Amino acid sequence: MALIRKNKHFRWLHKHLLGLRNLSAEEITHILDTAEGFEQISTRSVKKAPPLRGKVVVNLFFEDSTRTRNSFALAAGRLSADIIEFTKKASSVSKGETLLDTAKNLEAMGIDIVVIRHSAGGAATFLSRNIDACVVNAGDGYCEHPTQGLLDVYTIRKNRGTLEGLRIAIVGDIAHSRVARSDMWAMTKLGAEVIFVGPPTLMPPQVNRLPVSVSYSLDDVIEKVDVINMLRIQFERLGGNPFPSIREYSHYFGLTVERMKRAKPDIIVMHPGPINRGLEMESEVADGPNSVILDQVRNGLAVRMAVLFLVNQAAALDQQAKKKTDKKALRKPDLLDSD
Amino acid sequence: MKVILNSQQIDRILDDLAERIVTENPPDSDFAAIGILSRGEILAQRLSALLAKKLDRDIPCGTLDITLYRDDLNSPQTSNQPQVRITDIGFGIDERIIVLVDDVLYTGRSARAAMDALIDLGRPKAIRLAVLVERAGREFPIQADYAGYKVDAEPGKLVQVNLVESDGKDEVVVE
Repeated sequence: MALIRKNKHFRWLHKHLLGLRNLSAEEITHILDTAEGFEQISTRSVKKAPPLRGKVVVNLFFEDSTRTRNSFALAAGRLSADIIEFTKKASSVSKGETLLDTAKNLEAMGIDIVVIRHSAGGAATFLSRNIDACVVNAGDGYCEHPTQGLLDVYTIRKNRGTLEGLRIAIVGDIAHSRVARSDMWAMTKLGAEVIFVGPPTLMPPQVNRLPVSVSYSLDDVIEKVDVINMLRIQFERLGGNPFPSIREYSHYFGLTVERMKRAKPDIIVMHPGPINRGLEMESEVADGPNSVILDQVRNGLAVRMAVLFLVNQAAALDQQAKKKTDKKALRKPDLLDSD
Repeated sequence: MKVILNSQQIDRILDDLAERIVTENPPDSDFAAIGILSRGEILAQRLSALLAKKLDRDIPCGTLDITLYRDDLNSPQTSNQPQVRITDIGFGIDERIIVLVDDVLYTGRSARAAMDALIDLGRPKAIRLAVLVERAGREFPIQADYAGYKVDAEPGKLVQVNLVESDGKDEVVVE
């Protein structure tokens, strides 16, 4: 069966994408395979296709974002959807409107997909239980950032063919990183070995219960890994003093040109962005030949198109099933024989 | 299940189609074959090879996935879910005569979707639809320019084209 794809009858049935933790390897692979089919829309001259024509996608962002927000907006637009942009600052949330009220009010205007980024873990899940529209999690607190996890594994898969057997280091503020968590789920499910690297002050408590190994030394790990993902130090989230100084942090955990010399020559260097140049990594590394950082951004677009497409498909199947049961309920009961 | 075309008949039909394409168009026509996934892709490859042989020059061949252009994405007609696959057309389609290849022409909806997909990729000089099997039951005003075999099957039946490359053998069955 060379040319016909395997899993021909696989169906994506999730109306929501809330996280990667509860997805199977097969489901994750399906998203990646679907994303492949969307790549060429961004490279041809008419960068649009019709599957979400007439659908409304709301970017419900309660936290700042450049990449993710614009990526989703572009993805939705390329699928011919209409987009509503919601920023917390310019909204009635400043007047005290709750998350739920905000969403329900938007839903009353007729929306199909809500892409939500919120500082509270579980916000996306909460929303999915209270509105009818599809919900896509664009980052909830420290919990998950599923599309980032997906585009990260997509990028690695594109580069290496498979994640099976790869050793991947995720370096930085793991405790406050939803990217680290989503990456961990996706990567381990697809067969990679994940190592969290960082100072003990930035490791989540009970990290030993996660399917990863831990190292407090980047130097110990740098020669052994095939992929290294540098996380941003999120100054806006840090409380207290997790490290003595920025300089000390970058001395021990920064990806320097010197450390790259000791790494495998074909090591893949990743970063979810935005980069604190000189802190997490030196500019020469960020712009160097091993860096796939811009590929990540490009792939993010294809992955998000795939996600929007798939959740919409699931919602359409849902609707169809609902119509059938409604029809059954409305059918008149059989008249009894009467003479 | 009834076999309506066997392997030799399929070969002969494809050769006939290629012959008609060659004779019914100017000799210097800039042809390219594009197959509609999935079995159209295989047929397009076979057809472009036949055309190349008859014209003694290379005929480019590409693959088109029409999933994103289907008209039933938001009102699924079955519980199956179409899957997005890769469109691979490594050449420009502007000013070329595109021979659009599919296995079966039935309602005409796939061909409509394929045309919409193609014009998002460029402006061909012409699109000619070539199908192995033409089945009665058109729902759209679409015709095949080159149809191999005409069959009249009842609406509930499936006309299935099997090919060596994808299914192990060449045959067309009605089930």
